[in-house]
Amino acid sequence: MSMSQRNILPVDMAEPDTVREQDAVRDEAADASPVKLSVQNLNFYYGKYRALKNISLDIPANRVTAFIGPSGCGKSTLLRTFNRMFELYPEQRAEGRILLDGEDLLASGQDVALIRARVGMVFQKPTPFPMSIFDNIAFGVKLFETLSRIDMEERVEWALKKAALWDEVKDKLQQSGASLSGGQQQRLCIARGIAIRPEILLLDEPCSALDPISTARIEELIAEFKADYTVIIVTHNMQQAARVSDYTAYMYLGDLIEFGETEQMFFKPGRQETEDYITGRFG
Amino acid sequence: MSEKHLSSQFDSDLTSICSKLMEMGGLIEIQIQNAIQALAQFSVPLAEEVMNAEDQVDAMEVAIDHALTSIIARRQPAARDLRLLLAISKITTNLERVGDETDKIARRVKSIVEGGDARKMPIGDLRLASQMAVTLIRRALDAFARLDLDTAVSILKEDDLIDQEFKGFTRKLITYMMEDPRTIGDSLNLLFLAKAVERIGDHAKNIAEFIIYIVKGTDVRHSSLTHIESVVH
Repeated sequence: MSMSQRNILPVDMAEPDTVREQDAVRDEAADASPVKLSVQNLNFYYGKYRALKNISLDIPANRVTAFIGPSGCGKSTLLRTFNRMFELYPEQRAEGRILLDGEDLLASGQDVALIRARVGMVFQKPTPFPMSIFDNIAFGVKLFETLSRIDMEERVEWALKKAALWDEVKDKLQQSGASLSGGQQQRLCIARGIAIRPEILLLDEPCSALDPISTARIEELIAEFKADYTVIIVTHNMQQAARVSDYTAYMYLGDLIEFGETEQMFFKPGRQETEDYITGRFG
Repeated sequence: MSEKHLSSQFDSDLTSICSKLMEMGGLIEIQIQNAIQALAQFSVPLAEEVMNAEDQVDAMEVAIDHALTSIIARRQPAARDLRLLLAISKITTNLERVGDETDKIARRVKSIVEGGDARKMPIGDLRLASQMAVTLIRRALDAFARLDLDTAVSILKEDDLIDQEFKGFTRKLITYMMEDPRTIGDSLNLLFLAKAVERIGDHAKNIAEFIIYIVKGTDVRHSSLTHIESVVH
């Protein structure tokens, strides 16, 4: 059975294995988490080019899963299949199954707008809408819910507080979102993402345009979000993956090479390719 | 460590710290040899030479720790690099303690020689055990340089032999002391000396365990030999 055909599970879901004896000692109850998103034999094509090759993995609920790998390995492509973002481009297509709580997101009958309400996304560059801070957040909510003015104000405040931005913007909610600093704009985008109360939050290189302090703030948020959401993050920064995630997946040239507990992946990865990449021996 | 890092500076930092550790190990080997020699020849000057060299070993420990801190702060090592650096830190500590034990041996030799009447005591047995200990340290360092698991496992087995020697030697000293209470002073000196030799064997064993940790990523301290062999093979 080749690597790409095997269904890869995080270590604590896989068969026990002698090398990982020590892990068995850990409190299993704390780690046991149901599968939120199950990717099964996923292939992705940009026209004729096959960018993802038979990807299979189970992403656990209420955990942070990080995707790492060199540029062009397919990690952002994979992330964009989770909310069918790729459908904006006609020449791109995905084959296989992506089950969100058992329901296939790629099935033809799915309402794409509804999927995107369940699976929120934050991009690499902060992308505030050209409107006030308040409306940036209210805009998405209005698409899915009809709230009274008071309820909407409450929702906006809740989202901004969750994104740790409230104290900085509470006195200027009517100012343009573009007037904020880069780090604040990214937190505004995160607030916008969670305001519609998604189940999964996709973060595509959310800190790559930010300074270390703004980055630390966002990493702090990611840790807090675990309680409410399943977080999936794509990052070029391996130390960031090591800091924020519970599980890490290493991808290379469209293949999923290894998927396991972050601690194991950064301490004693199972595969040589992963070890070479993580230790900077990748040439 | 086979393939090279993208950063050649990182490679040379790692090579440099490994050479420093081997250098410290080499110095310690000479110290143990000298201490054994001092015992065999009842030589106070040689014992004093060993005692004076301790500062040099301590300074090397500090230098290696400093280099480790710098690599960790600058490179954020992961996976096998991280395991290697953690192990080097522990191995350095063990080598420094071997230095301490060697210093103890030298002090006891001095005290025995100055006491006068030690030539009647069973020193031959002790020389054998000391030779075993220095061999174990040398092999542990060689195994580290080559990341050689088979040698690491054989060191764990041989440390048991030194422990048995120590027990046998203790029994022998007890008979000396019972037969002639005037030998109690020298016997106690020899007992402490034998204990120091036994501790050197323990440190060699610790170093061997860290070699397994570097290669396999499994912490085998405080586990049975059977378990360790199953990890290695």
